[in-house]
Amino acid sequence: MRQSVVPVLTVVGALFVVWYAAAVWLNAPWAHDKAKRSGEVLSVSALVADTWAQDKPKLPAPHQVAIELWETTVEKKITSKRSLVYHSWVTLSATILGFVLGTGLGTLLAVGIVFNRTMDMSVMPWVIASQTIPILAIAPMIIVVLNAVGISGLLPKAMISMYLSFFPVVVGMVKGLRSPDAMQLDQMRTWNASASQTFWRLRLPSSMPYLFTSLKIGMAASLVGAIVGELPTGAIAGLGARLLAGSYYGQTIQIWSALIMAAALAAALVGIIGILQRVTLKRMGMAQ
Amino acid sequence: MANELNKLRQTQAPSPATSVIRAQNLDLTFQTNDGPVHALKDVSLDIGAGDFVSFIGPSGCGKTTFLRVMADLEQPTGGTVTVNGVSPEEARRARAYGYVFQAAGLYPWRTIGGNIRLPLEIMGYSRADQDARVARVLELVELDGFEKKYPWQLSGGMQQRASIARALAFDADILLMDEPFGALDEIVRDHLNEQLLKLWDRTGKTIAFVTHSIPEAVYLSTKIVVMSPRPGRITDVIDSPLPRDRPLDIRDTPEFLEVAHRVREGLRAGHGDD
Repeated sequence: MRQSVVPVLTVVGALFVVWYAAAVWLNAPWAHDKAKRSGEVLSVSALVADTWAQDKPKLPAPHQVAIELWETTVEKKITSKRSLVYHSWVTLSATILGFVLGTGLGTLLAVGIVFNRTMDMSVMPWVIASQTIPILAIAPMIIVVLNAVGISGLLPKAMISMYLSFFPVVVGMVKGLRSPDAMQLDQMRTWNASASQTFWRLRLPSSMPYLFTSLKIGMAASLVGAIVGELPTGAIAGLGARLLAGSYYGQTIQIWSALIMAAALAAALVGIIGILQRVTLKRMGMAQ
Repeated sequence: MANELNKLRQTQAPSPATSVIRAQNLDLTFQTNDGPVHALKDVSLDIGAGDFVSFIGPSGCGKTTFLRVMADLEQPTGGTVTVNGVSPEEARRARAYGYVFQAAGLYPWRTIGGNIRLPLEIMGYSRADQDARVARVLELVELDGFEKKYPWQLSGGMQQRASIARALAFDADILLMDEPFGALDEIVRDHLNEQLLKLWDRTGKTIAFVTHSIPEAVYLSTKIVVMSPRPGRITDVIDSPLPRDRPLDIRDTPEFLEVAHRVREGLRAGHGDD
């Protein structure tokens, strides 16, 4: 743990240096234009100071994003429409619901595929085909269709999350449920075990390492799905709405703070699954 | 305990001379991508109740396949085989045998006790009965006190003993063992062989045992079946003249060496056409 601190901080430091340098480079034309119009001559230090403090920079400097994040999370009431915590919660609830639905659907499909030869032959191609359709193309249709039948709000977004997150679960669980080797299955046969006994006592526990790996990918995909689902709703609430509103009004700082928030959210969610994975597999004696 | 074991022996050991497993003109051909493989050809054998029969031969001689046919894990393409007077499938459904594989195959997420309980849960034994049986078989394989341990906390030899205990836990009077000690070192193997003989003597089970070690086959068996490959067939069946009670140093007696010599001759004869 200790040995990794220095390398990690070095990389983070290097990223900040690149970021600040890129901010100067990308925002300099605007600063020069401004100076030319007012007839000033910019010194190097004035140029740098300007590029790191513009209202609508092409690339905001890290501290601008940090200040925006601070103001919209800590200093705003979470009930406020301008609070990033409020918007994160809107996205998070759709993410979690979609993730739960996707995990359920994925597991059910995987069980069907493993136990039913017809499903094995017929379902898998559709599952794969479903993921070749760009989510940006299908998301508005889901929203519109569900709206037409009177369903709006959380569920349509969760459906899009589910659409993205069930796929890794199907693929991982099919592999996991098939992971017991021939000897273990023969052994069950010698005891004349039924298919359901084999499933609950052998296949399902054996699939746990595969399930957790799938859940991590599914969770990240679910968050992407929730954000994409917020884009066509007319940008009312959620991180996706913040991204869209930010791009309408050229609020790059707002866009970046929403992006950072989404990344932190994804990291936290995947991290929680990672902890669950470690605890569960250790208790099951399957930790690698 | 002794009383209980005596009772066990009386109920489990059928009268001698009845044949428990009977194979007649057994044929098995695998269809592979490289053409048909003749795994068993014209194999006939009788295994009596309470026998300890070893199958020995080079790899590819069909000894494991033969065992798997008895267990209904492979289907013969010709001939007949009966287990307890019925087809292998019926015998399997009636849970007539316990099968011990080369690897212990214990579930890492279950304790040793939980692993032994596994077939009992599947077969629907009551909770109290399960507890009693787990305790009894753990004592039989000298693993008492390890019930709550996890497989990774045990050595390879102890894991294999636990897997034997698992095969003994339910009321099967046949034990099919496929090179159970193949992956263990010589010293552990000697110890387990000695234990297995004791266990066989105490329970009166009929044991079919696949091995490729000549001393192991001769030391353990009342009957040694020598097999040879391409096609898999029986070349010799040796009824051991050794007494039932066998200390480890019986392996230095002339009788033992004579049987071992005959097995070696049988193996060499089977290899003659190579």
